[in-house]
Amino acid sequence: MNLLDLLLLIPAAGFFITLLLPRDNPGLVRNFALGLSVVVFVMSLGLIGPVQSNPDAYSFESNAVWIETPHIRYHTGVDGLSLWLVILSTLLTPICILVSWKYIQKRVNEFYAFMLLLLVGVIGVFVSLDLFLFYVFWEVSLVPMYFLVGIWGHDKRIYAAVKFFLYTMAGSVLMLAAIIYLYNKTGSFDLPGIVGLIGDGRLALSPAEGFWLFLAFFFAFAIKVPLFPLHTWLPDAHGEAPTAGSVMLASVMLKLGTYGIVRICLPMFPEAARDNAPWIIGLAIAGIIYGALVAMVQPNMKRLVAYSSVSHLGFVILGVFSFTQAGIDGAVYQMLNHGISTGALFILVGYLYERHHTLEIADYGGVGTVAPWLTTVFMVTTLASVGLPLLNNFVGEFLVLQGAMQVSFGYAFFAAIGVILSVVYMLWMVQRTFYGETPDEVRRHVTDLNGREWAIMLPLIVLMVWMGIGTKSFLPPITANNQKTLEMVLQPSGALNAATTLPAKESVHAR
Amino acid sequence: MPANLVPSASEFLRISPEILLTLVGTLMMTLESMFSRKRTLGVIAFIALLAAIGLSVAAHGDPGEAFHGMIRVDGFTTFFRILVFATGMLTILMSANYLEKAHAESAEFYALLVFCIVGQSLMVSSNELIMIFIGLETSSIASYVLAGYLRADRRNSEAALKYFLLGSFATAFLLYGVAWTYGITGTTNLSAIRQFLLGGQGSESALLLLAAAALMFVGFAFKVSAAPFQMWAPDVYQGAPAPVSAFLSAGPKAAAFAMFFRVALTAFEPIKGNWEPLLWASALATMVIGNFAALRQTNIKRLLAYSSIAHAGYVMVALTTASETGTAAAMFYLAAYAAMNLGAFAVVTHVARRGERYVEVNDMAGLSIRQPATAALLTIFLLSLIGVPLTGGFFGKFYIFKAALDANLVWLTVLGLLNSAVAAYYYLRIVVVMYMQPPAEGDTVLESPSAGIAVTIWATAVATVLLGVLPGFVLDFAGRSAGFAR
Repeated sequence: MNLLDLLLLIPAAGFFITLLLPRDNPGLVRNFALGLSVVVFVMSLGLIGPVQSNPDAYSFESNAVWIETPHIRYHTGVDGLSLWLVILSTLLTPICILVSWKYIQKRVNEFYAFMLLLLVGVIGVFVSLDLFLFYVFWEVSLVPMYFLVGIWGHDKRIYAAVKFFLYTMAGSVLMLAAIIYLYNKTGSFDLPGIVGLIGDGRLALSPAEGFWLFLAFFFAFAIKVPLFPLHTWLPDAHGEAPTAGSVMLASVMLKLGTYGIVRICLPMFPEAARDNAPWIIGLAIAGIIYGALVAMVQPNMKRLVAYSSVSHLGFVILGVFSFTQAGIDGAVYQMLNHGISTGALFILVGYLYERHHTLEIADYGGVGTVAPWLTTVFMVTTLASVGLPLLNNFVGEFLVLQGAMQVSFGYAFFAAIGVILSVVYMLWMVQRTFYGETPDEVRRHVTDLNGREWAIMLPLIVLMVWMGIGTKSFLPPITANNQKTLEMVLQPSGALNAATTLPAKESVHAR
Repeated sequence: MPANLVPSASEFLRISPEILLTLVGTLMMTLESMFSRKRTLGVIAFIALLAAIGLSVAAHGDPGEAFHGMIRVDGFTTFFRILVFATGMLTILMSANYLEKAHAESAEFYALLVFCIVGQSLMVSSNELIMIFIGLETSSIASYVLAGYLRADRRNSEAALKYFLLGSFATAFLLYGVAWTYGITGTTNLSAIRQFLLGGQGSESALLLLAAAALMFVGFAFKVSAAPFQMWAPDVYQGAPAPVSAFLSAGPKAAAFAMFFRVALTAFEPIKGNWEPLLWASALATMVIGNFAALRQTNIKRLLAYSSIAHAGYVMVALTTASETGTAAAMFYLAAYAAMNLGAFAVVTHVARRGERYVEVNDMAGLSIRQPATAALLTIFLLSLIGVPLTGGFFGKFYIFKAALDANLVWLTVLGLLNSAVAAYYYLRIVVVMYMQPPAEGDTVLESPSAGIAVTIWATAVATVLLGVLPGFVLDFAGRSAGFAR
């Protein structure tokens, strides 16, 4: 049992223990969940060293038989691609638990139990190296989020929760069909194994097979990302979820989709990925602009931030399917940036909601005069989110645009419009909320940040700056891993394997 | 052949579970008046079923045929015997308190249940059409009476009448098919029919033989509630007493599928090219009808009835593959389905209270606050019915669709899986009501579950999760037993 197994096991145990803790002592439950998640976070930092020294291979690998026939293995490991996503999840969980400290007053045990189960699910998805295991965690992460939205959400929570579940389920059953199909062809669910088989040509998929399998996986992931026009579940789920739910949804769960694309779709179906890139990029750019335009007209701050996610995630898809080193590095970096800055935005909107109990932008105004620090923090987060240089999103967006530019000027041009629009909708929202006249209602209810709220925001602000300036601390393992992925995608199928697998004798004959 | 006329001891061992249960059932009927406390009879039936499981295991140690090939004990038989006996035991646990509250606990109920199970046990172990028919009728007639057990309740009577009329109609089809088959092949033994077909002797009467097979399949399809013969199920499941509905959806259904598989894959396997398209269509129609009709149900028993039709559709997919992996998948699925559905029905029985006044989906409102454990366990059953990983229902579906893809049924797989995504909606509605809506005003008190119900719910929940986390044990056994001796 290595560190990675413990990262799955401890929150899983925490899930059961939290459910069994006495129901009349919510303080104990909160402290237990917080303590446990902080321990998990600190432990997860231990992953960094070994992965950084060897980023394009799997570290902390476990590989044990789960079920004999069909051959399903508990195969997990972490590499440069998944490292920061795992740490993002473990970082945001204690933060979300702290965010919910006062806000969640009913069914406290269940709430924190589901938070921990969600952590198990998302870490599991990021580290699974067995397609079956991947699917199990993928679905398992769905259940706690469904409850988090459905029980503790706002008014339309039930509609939002069911919609979220059904959308994801519809996509994932097709992925299951594709997984089974691959198993019947190869006799294995092992992800590196199958990628290896395809890479050196021992498993040759016909173009039609490749296309449909790619599409089955891509559809499941695209719903989760969400790629325009499959995004319609997102504003509902994000808008109706409690703050912690919105944060986990936006910051971590959306990344399951983009992660799946980079981890599975690209190396496994390189040809189909290349062939389908144009229309996928088209949808990504449409999403960037559409998300920004719709965000601009939202009267509800939470929905505004939600639509901004559609726009931001469009950048990630664009970067991935540019198939350039810069683009794909930027995309993966942008997954992390979006996790930090949009998560922070949801938290800050949640602060406002806890004070004034409304999310309508029109109900606010002049918050800056009564809560200067809250305003300052909000402003910094906003600037990070719109991609101000020296802050984190700038790096990611720049790299994505650079990658897109290498492919086509048009891609970069239209995507850049999205950057400009993001400034418009975000700053306009800030202006209407924090500046101008202060209504009496706001004056009475809105207070400045307290200690707990500072403790939540500080690490996020530090990360926004650090990730904006100190990219050297984060990018190298991502780059190294992406390099390997890109090689697999860009190699003309059959050419490389002919060179590597043909015995020398036959190549002589060929001459 | 005088020597053959005296059955050997091992032949008796091979039908010892049936012998034991028949004796116990008969004694219970005749000696009822000796027991002032009817609960004792339930205990006796329970112990008898437990003993029958023991005997099945013992018989499995010495597999083979008995009584001139009428009975065949193999892994397949043993698997389904244990499944129907265990279903019976859980049904008894579930019913005891229910019957007591309805002031209707009697020897009849337990004896009928035991007879019904004897019939099912025969269905799964027969290798011969007449024996199959006898088993089916024993099981069916007992279940007609069970469906209408609470005579004073009009819903019960309606359910029993509908079940009886449609059921006898369907068995008539089956019997007619058996008669035709005998007329053409001169035998009712499944292996002999297979030899006849393989020998190509039936070529001049090929059409007649197909018709005979079709007639029999009508009878089977009715018993497993496969489209287009599924119409009875919602009315019967809704009208019958809740524990009986639970029983009908698990035991008789599993047994009926067992004989369907055995007949289709031994006797009629040589002409499978002819019946596969029919089953393909029936499987798809069953899934679609079950799932889409369930979307609009408000009565939870009726909802579970349509869900049980949908699940029959998934097993039909396994049958359509006509393969060993398909058979193994169906065996696993039926076991998982029995566990999760008995559990769900046990919770429904519990929430419905005396006289079944609370059987609407909305009556589940706030269950998570009043009885968190019950709600949590029902959630496990529902997630399993949806097919969420780490539950038995997921692995069941996984194996079935894996078998289907193995058999190149790509479209059936895709449509079936999309169907199961649709199904998530109506199961989730129950979860929504339990967890996300407050209890209705002025509800009567919901007592904590009786011991029998509690044991049923916990046992089935443990089974559901075990089948989802460590399916190896059951799956290995199913895989080893899925090949029929031909």
